[in-house]
Amino acid sequence: MASVLINVPKLVRKGETIEIKTLISHPMETGFRSASDGKLIPRDIIHRFVCTFEGTEIFFADLFPAISANPFIAFTMRAERSGTLTFRWLDDKGGAQVETARLDVQ
Amino acid sequence: MHLSRRTVLTGLVCALSVRPVQATPDLMEAAIAAFAKGRAMKPGRVRLDLPPLVENGNAVPLTVSVESPMTQEDFIARVALFNEKNPQPNIAIFHLTPLAGRASVSTRIRLGDSQFITAIAETNKGELFVTKAELVVTLPACAEN
Repeated sequence: MASVLINVPKLVRKGETIEIKTLISHPMETGFRSASDGKLIPRDIIHRFVCTFEGTEIFFADLFPAISANPFIAFTMRAERSGTLTFRWLDDKGGAQVETARLDVQ
Repeated sequence: MHLSRRTVLTGLVCALSVRPVQATPDLMEAAIAAFAKGRAMKPGRVRLDLPPLVENGNAVPLTVSVESPMTQEDFIARVALFNEKNPQPNIAIFHLTPLAGRASVSTRIRLGDSQFITAIAETNKGELFVTKAELVVTLPACAEN
């Protein structure tokens, strides 16, 4: 499984807009590169990233080969209550990486 | 034929000033047209933060932010990024909700050459706002072989 870094601020006040940063290890193979035998390396990228908060979708992204290897995505959220954030990365091989993080609002 | 320094410089400035319009490749135009679906694009409100000079095109930090109250009635629904000189014109499409608080997304992108990046924001009412940023890449992605 790919390794994942998720950064959610620790000290959050109600109504504050926070930035959530995510990083996942993935080659993001573009499908335009050829191997040493001259054959094209098939495309394998994370084509979708979804973030939900307590079941409600708050952000999602369609990604293309122009996104760097080990995709970094940072986005914002208005923190109104505590809950669980679920992050989902879907790649071309049909694999999905699911991670969760806790959001504590004071 | 005698060319004065002034004639040469004026010609050079003219050539440089019209270049951006001509250099926009058809692929990116087609991708933007598919996103815009015939709607007019207004300048402003979108801000694209990119380093003007990039050493490594494999990971170029990019932040796109849009002025918006981000309320249920008025928010940014989508932000799309396009490039003109990579093999594919699309970079990413971000889908936002009023829960975002503000419309700002950061990521890292690959760039195959020095070029213009276009960011288009779509409000929940379907209005489009556009901005462009130019950057120079000294070591492009896709050149490792």
